[in-house]
Parts: sequence; structure tokens; C-alpha cells
Amino acid sequence: MTERARGALMFAIVAGLILGTGVVQSWNSALLILNMGLVSAVMALGVNLQWGFAGLFNVGVMGFVALGGLATVLVSMPPVGAAWSAGAARLGLGLVLAVVAIAAAVLAWQRLRAGLRGWVVAAVLVAGYFAFRAVFDPAVSAIESVDPAVSGYLGGLGLPVVLAWPAGGLLAAAVAWLIGKTALGLRSDYLAIATLGIAEIIIAVIKNEDWMARGVKNVIGLPRPMPYEIDLQNDPGFVQTAAGLGIDPTTASTLYVKLGYGMMFAIVLAILLVLAQLALKSPWGRMMRAIRDNETAARAMGKDVTRRHLQIFVLGSAVCGVAGAMMTTLDGQLTPGTYQPLRYTFLIWVMVIVGGSGNNFGAVLGGFLIWFLWVQVEPIGQAVMNLATLGMSDGNWLKVHLLDSVQHMRLLTMGVILLLVLRFSPKGLLPER
Amino acid sequence: MIEFLNGLVALSNFVLIPAVAYGSQLALGALGVTLIYGILRFSNFAHGDTMAFGTMCTILVTWGLQGMGVSLGPLPTALLAIPFGIAGCAALILLTDRMIYRFYRRQRVKPVILVIVSMGVMFIYNGVTRFIIGTGDQNFADGERFLIGVRDFRDMTGLDEGLGVRTTQGITVVTALIVVAALFWFLNRTRTGKSMRAYSDNEDLALLSGIDPERVVTVTWLIVAALATIAGVLYGLDKSFKPFTYFQLLLPIFAAAIVGGLGSPLGAIAGGFVIAFSEVGLTYAWKKVLGYWLPQSLAPDGLVQLMSTDYKFAVSFVILLIVLLFRPTGLFRGKSA
Repeated sequence: MTERARGALMFAIVAGLILGTGVVQSWNSALLILNMGLVSAVMALGVNLQWGFAGLFNVGVMGFVALGGLATVLVSMPPVGAAWSAGAARLGLGLVLAVVAIAAAVLAWQRLRAGLRGWVVAAVLVAGYFAFRAVFDPAVSAIESVDPAVSGYLGGLGLPVVLAWPAGGLLAAAVAWLIGKTALGLRSDYLAIATLGIAEIIIAVIKNEDWMARGVKNVIGLPRPMPYEIDLQNDPGFVQTAAGLGIDPTTASTLYVKLGYGMMFAIVLAILLVLAQLALKSPWGRMMRAIRDNETAARAMGKDVTRRHLQIFVLGSAVCGVAGAMMTTLDGQLTPGTYQPLRYTFLIWVMVIVGGSGNNFGAVLGGFLIWFLWVQVEPIGQAVMNLATLGMSDGNWLKVHLLDSVQHMRLLTMGVILLLVLRFSPKGLLPER
Repeated sequence: MIEFLNGLVALSNFVLIPAVAYGSQLALGALGVTLIYGILRFSNFAHGDTMAFGTMCTILVTWGLQGMGVSLGPLPTALLAIPFGIAGCAALILLTDRMIYRFYRRQRVKPVILVIVSMGVMFIYNGVTRFIIGTGDQNFADGERFLIGVRDFRDMTGLDEGLGVRTTQGITVVTALIVVAALFWFLNRTRTGKSMRAYSDNEDLALLSGIDPERVVTVTWLIVAALATIAGVLYGLDKSFKPFTYFQLLLPIFAAAIVGGLGSPLGAIAGGFVIAFSEVGLTYAWKKVLGYWLPQSLAPDGLVQLMSTDYKFAVSFVILLIVLLFRPTGLFRGKSA
């Protein structure tokens, strides 16, 4: 079977699975899976850029996804005027102070001679930290005390929410650049631990800096790019069209909204996929793979390995940021408490490895397939458990326990799938060409 | 003088004693990570969940013992259950090695592939643990709560500040000392231990001199099972058991191992304490201690908390980064970066 036919078959199977969900369960569930599958595919593309193209071991995906979500709030929510006048200027001053202190420390490190400079840098940093806190803390408490039950944060720019998608990418890229500058010199294991830590820190910042996006109090009711279902149901024209198609207006409205999201996500995915394909086939892509396969040789050929690594780390993280912004838009809320590394970092890695690292279509396929399984393992597991416990009496503690624990089958299944693919098809379902 | 003593007691109560206990737990965890890195040559992402699994086995046996009315008096019953927990954990790990890791070892794959494999193992362990015991908090400490109670200490010394030492903190430190001593005796004095060190230093040379690699690997996994279970149980006794927390322990544990120098057992212990003291020290509100130590006029108004406790991951991470940037092989010259 040719590569192309194999790819087409695999995608047909996944399409069949999603359509099957529509027929067996409901079209709403099918569209839900499709929409999150599209988002997952974008995330997998980002990770594939870093790991598949360049061999960078980034397990901080969750952090960049969350930054995309943060961007959604910062771009789309209306600004809170009272909070701005309460402490924005002072807050800005504090942040400027922090940047100045860090810049001064870096400058001192570069300009001074060895010996005393360690102490000087430490002194600058400590003094800068206390100055920063002295200016920053009152501003934060002023902002957070503005109507804390509903706002207590600066709000956003009040722009259309779709603009948050590129903004999420930019925000993630900026942070990735900072991280890459410091951490990319590290060997793969160390880079993995470093990125794992950075992701936790990003989540901790979003959770705790309430002035930015309300922290664990969550921002709900984000503006939507699609109309609300209830408005559609009250629109006589829409109801008439739905009736013409033989669907009741409630179902029709939910399907319409989900389809709309799906179309928008599909456009983003298509654009990114085309770009990634072009990049892979360009001289730049070949250089990346050369660096991945033999760093020393590439360096000897005069390639600037560090700069190329930084470049692709920023690009891949930006793609994850875009996906994160899309996801938060779809959810309509930012809930920092729900970001967990197993779901937002390691699951994306399973998608890339299972799909086929180094192959963009493989990553997209993995995104859809693994997301489908992640959602469907639970009902399937439920059915299996019901069958397995059929012989036990109803009050049996083991039966109760087994039925209650079905939700944890997910993690188990993902691990088994990852290990099976690594063992029997280490290059993934669609191997790199 | 009394002021100074009061400050010292407050410092011990809120910083020194908790940090020593936490540091011992991290050190035991980091020893496991560093041994795997030295012998099997990869960073084991499943280590946090290995600890969780071993602890879970211990908890289940503890409940069984409590159900039968067995107890250790003032000490927690879990101490009796630890050997069973280690056995359960060792069985799981050896099964994993035979079914999964050995295949890749024979193929001599790149270390990073093994790291990805350990991600899969992490998912499975995590799922198994949650499947059996659920995701909730489990408190399984029983026996006497305090070695020295805060009030007793105040009555005894007449100071304003009280010092409380929890039984679990005492047990943590004593157990950690015993385990570390036994481990170093094993590595330095026994034939098997020496062959492990030889294998870690130079694999080819060790193979030439007739060391059986499979045996070294098996012994390593057994030690790792014991270290992980003990570290996990001590942490669980001291705080509480929750599968997700154990997964998150991965970060400080790795930070400890890397700061000390991956592959160096001594470094792992030093790293554990460096991380623990920095974490506790930077997230502690120093108002009370400084209030005793500084003259009245200089006494601070605020809490003097350098960082909110939610940023404790940031502490491990920043130390990790500083060490990696300025001394890439860690404090104790581990494997080269």
C-alpha cells in the first residue's frame, strides 16, 4: 500500500469513528469530539514542529496552551475602568521596575569582571525584588478589591474574540523566547524537566495573579464568535429553516453553533497544516531534520544550531498558544484550576507519537484519533465493566468500586496505547517520509 | 536573650524541622531517580507514580492491619506495612521491566526513547493507582501525633514560642538516616553494590569483567522500589496521600537529583535538602522570627513572605536553572550534561 493510500485510509477510519458517534450516540457528541479533535490536532502540530522536526523534548505544552487561554481573556473581555484607575499605573511601574532590575543584573554580569560580580548581581536582584514588591503589592490589592465578586481584575481590551487566537500565539511565542534563551542549551533530559517546571510556574502565575485574569475565581462568559443558541431559537427565520430540514429548533441551534466553531477551527488547522508542510519540504525543514539527526555534523557544516532550536521552539509554542486560545474560546471560560499536565502535556505527546512524529499529517491524525479515544474510552469501559460485573450481586462492594472507577480507565488506556505503538510501530501510524 | 531564643524556636518550628523532614523525603525520592539514571541511563518520568503505587499498597495493608486490631502503640501502623508495600511495588516494577524496558535495553535505543516509554508507564501506574484507591485524600497516620507538643514545650522551657515535633517528622528523619546508611553500606561494601557502581561508571568495562547486566538492573529496580515506597509512605504520613500530589513531586525530586548531579547518590541527598530548605525558607512568612530578632524600631509591618506558597515550584525550578547554567554537572559532579 502506498503512503498516500495508507494515510487516506487512516483518516477515513477516524472520520468513520466520528460519524459513527453521530449515528449511535448523537450528532452533538460527534461535533464536540470533532471540535476538540481539531484543537488537539493543532496542539499536536505544534509539538510535532518541536519534536518531530527538531528533536526538542518540550513537556511544557500545558503552559503554552494556558497562555493562549489567558490571551483570550486579555483580548476579548471588556476593560474594567474602575480597576484601571485604581492601580494600573502603579502596577505598570512595578513591572517596569522588575524589568529594569533584571536588565541591570544582566548588564552587571556582562560588564563586571569575575570575582565580585556574583555578589553585585545578587545584590541588584534582591534590592530590585524588594523595590518591585513595595510598588507592586499595593497596586494589586487596589485592583483586586474593585468589586471582587464579579471583576477584581483589569479586564481585557474588549476586542473581537477571534483576534485572541493570533494574540495567544504571540503571547506564547514571547514567553517561549524568554524560556528558550535560558533553557535551550540544556541536554534533552534536562530540557524536559525544565519545561515541565516552567509549565507549572505559568499555571501558578495564572492561578495566583488575580489582577490579570481573576485566578482561580475563573473568568466566565467570554464573548463568542458564534451567536448564542437561545437567540437562534428566538429567531423566526432560523426556526423556519430548521423546520424545513425536519430538525427541532433546540437541536438545530446547538448543531449550528458547533458546526460554526468546527468550520473556524478547520480553517485554522488547514492554514497551519499547509504552512507546516511547506516548512517541512523547504531547505529550512531539511536543515532542521539534519540538526535533529546529527547535531555535531550540522554544526560542523556551519549551521547555527542554538538559533535554529530557539526559532523552532518559539514557533511550536506559538502554535500551541493558538490552540489554547481556540480551546478557551470554545469553552467560553478560563478556568486555571483545570489545567493538568497529564491532559494538556502528556496526552498531546501521546497524539504525536501515536500519529507519527516528523509527519504533519500523522500528528493531525493522532490528534483526532487519541481525542476520540480519550472521550469514548469511558462509555466503552462502562459497558465492559457492566459486562464483567454482570455475575455479581448488586450491593457487592467490588462491583460498586469497579463501576465507580471506570473513569480512570482513560489514563490506563492511553498508557497502553502509547506503549503498544512504541513497541510495534515505533514510527507511529503514519511514519515520517 | 529570651527574644533571641524565642526567635530560634519559632524558626525551628516553622522552617528547620519541616524542611529537614521534607528534605529527607525528597532525598529518598531523588536517590531512586539518580540510581535509575546511573544504571539504566534515563530519566524516569514514572517515578512519582511509582512512589504513589508503593504508598497505596502500604495504605491498603495498613487498613488491613488496623482492621485486625494490630498496632504499634505510639508509632503509626503503616511502618509495619511498609515491607508489604515494598514487595507490591517491586513486583509491579519488575513486571514492568520484563515486559517493557528490557525490550528497549536489548535494542540499545537512545535514552530519550526510554524517557518517552517511561511516560507511557507513568500513565499506566497513574491509572492503576487511581483505579484502585481513587483520587481523593487518604490520611493513614495513626498513633501518637506529637513527640513534643507545643504546649508541653512552652511549659517545660517557659518561652513564649512553642516547638512542636510531630511523630511523623521524627520517624521521617530516623528512617531516612537508616535507609541512607544501609544504601551506602550496600553500594560501598558488598559485591553486588560494587558491581552496580562499576556498571554505572563504565558499562563496557564492567561487562568485560564478567558482571551480569540483567542482575545489576534487577537489583537496581528492587532498591528503587524500596526507596520509592519508603519515600512515598513518609511523605504520606507527614502530609497526606493523594495520587496527583505524588505526580507533582516529580518536579522537586528531579530538581534535587539534578542539582546534586544526576547519577551521584551523595548529590541526591544534598540536592534534596537544598531544594527543601529553599522552598520552605522562601515561602515562609518571616514576620514572627524577625519580630523577635530585630530591634523594635526595625520590626517589619508586612508578613515578609518572599513568595506566596503557591510558587513553591518556581523555587525548585529557579535553583535548578541556576545550577544548570553555572555548574551543569551539579554540585557533586554527576554524569556530564
